[in-house]
Amino acid sequence: MTTTIFLQQLVNGISVGSLYALVAIGYTMVYGILRLINFAHGDLLMVAAYAAIFGIGIFSNPWIAFPLAILITGCIGVLLDRAAYRPLRNAPRISLLISAIGASFLLENLFLVIFGGVPRPFPRPDFFARVIEIGGLRIQVLTIYAPLITILLVLGLLYIVYWTKAGKAMRAASRDFETTRLMGINLDRIIALTFLLGSCLAAAGGIMWAMKYPQVNPFMGIFPGIKAFIAAVLGGIGNITGAVIGGFLLGLGEIMIVALMPELAQYRDALAFVILILVLLFRPTGIMGETTVE
Amino acid sequence: MLEVDDLHVYYGGIHALKGIHLSVDEGRIVTLIGANGAGKTTVIRAIVGLVKLNGGSIVFRGKDITRHPTHQIIRQGIAVSPEGRHVFQNLSVLENLELGAYKLSTAEFREQLEWVYSLFPRLEERKIQVAGTLSGGEQQMLAFGRALMSRPRLVLLDEPSLGLAPLVVEEVFRAIEQVNRQGATILLIEQNAMAALTIAHYGYVLETGKVALEGPGAELLKDERVRNAYLGD
Repeated sequence: MTTTIFLQQLVNGISVGSLYALVAIGYTMVYGILRLINFAHGDLLMVAAYAAIFGIGIFSNPWIAFPLAILITGCIGVLLDRAAYRPLRNAPRISLLISAIGASFLLENLFLVIFGGVPRPFPRPDFFARVIEIGGLRIQVLTIYAPLITILLVLGLLYIVYWTKAGKAMRAASRDFETTRLMGINLDRIIALTFLLGSCLAAAGGIMWAMKYPQVNPFMGIFPGIKAFIAAVLGGIGNITGAVIGGFLLGLGEIMIVALMPELAQYRDALAFVILILVLLFRPTGIMGETTVE
Repeated sequence: MLEVDDLHVYYGGIHALKGIHLSVDEGRIVTLIGANGAGKTTVIRAIVGLVKLNGGSIVFRGKDITRHPTHQIIRQGIAVSPEGRHVFQNLSVLENLELGAYKLSTAEFREQLEWVYSLFPRLEERKIQVAGTLSGGEQQMLAFGRALMSRPRLVLLDEPSLGLAPLVVEEVFRAIEQVNRQGATILLIEQNAMAALTIAHYGYVLETGKVALEGPGAELLKDERVRNAYLGD
């Protein structure tokens, strides 16, 4: 393998990894507070992609359409909590899990009924579709922008979680619901905020995913969703920094293994599951996970 | 200030509170003593809406707060230092105190912080330390201080002496009296009946979900039944 191809794949891996990272954060945040694997989270990628398609169709300007799509997806995430999880706050956790799986099927099939199963092309804005050449590497700018956007969004999120009052309330709630309430904090609002932030990040990931693989269909969120979930487990579920690291590592690992051993190319998707099994066997708390999660 | 009347709570099939009444006058220290399982903690949890009521009413400063959501009850001016302290182990001391003052403006927060630091200088020394690494006594001070951060009119203290060394217990009780002198009303729940009745203006003795006895603290201290049952005479 030439250096050029190696670098090309490296950049690719980082780029895909950044998308996993964005989606993984939502899994990890919701898990941190509700101890729930939000199976419907991956489907928010798909929701965001459709919202962006229609947004561009209406405004024909991605700088209006994309933020709007992110906001709409964020609100749908909050709505998901309100409708599927909040009524079950005091129910056994298995009920929540079942509700999450149901919500996921509902979103997928609702979009299937409304928009049909035929994949739609995603209108890639020129801004992201340009190809540049750096030292013999031909790279689509999206590949470079994706990790940069991810890092910016993650820094913003960390600021909210660690420096604002609401963020501190989120961290408190991740440990102790009752005592958080005793501070005069409206717990439901804090949980809604968690869903809003996680869903907005997933939406940003979903839009970039749709630009990278511009085929939008109602089931497109499943695989990246599962991968991001694995990334969250790899990083240590419940830990935001861990989710980011897990996302980058998984994306990089997937692409690099295929690059180094092309005969394994067919097994690319299986690799993530191998990682999941290994993590669960040998380090269930993940990379950043300690005995307790934050 | 706080009027609790005919409070009934069931846990599953168990009738945990069987028509509790109690009243806390402004500026007082009122204590609720009783053996383990008498329902003391349940009374506090019922007042702030953490358990479902099966009957009764709770009126705070003339306003009926029965069955209101917990965060709204707290915002009326009630603060709780819960049993077992429950400091946020993953947050720093200062962050714990900030959450105590969740609804306050920054200026009000600074003012309260200064006051709480003056009550418990140890908290200021350890403000950047993660709360989980504090000693039991320090965590108790933090739980108490955190409750005081919200400028409460009424502080509910649940077993502040639990598991603490006698010297630390003394420090905590001195702080309770000091806070009370500065205007906060206190409802103190204790197993340490001697210490509680010594500082309380009024006391209630709880037995299996009922008020068995009540009266001024000094009188209860002298009462034959209290001495036999709770003071080990």
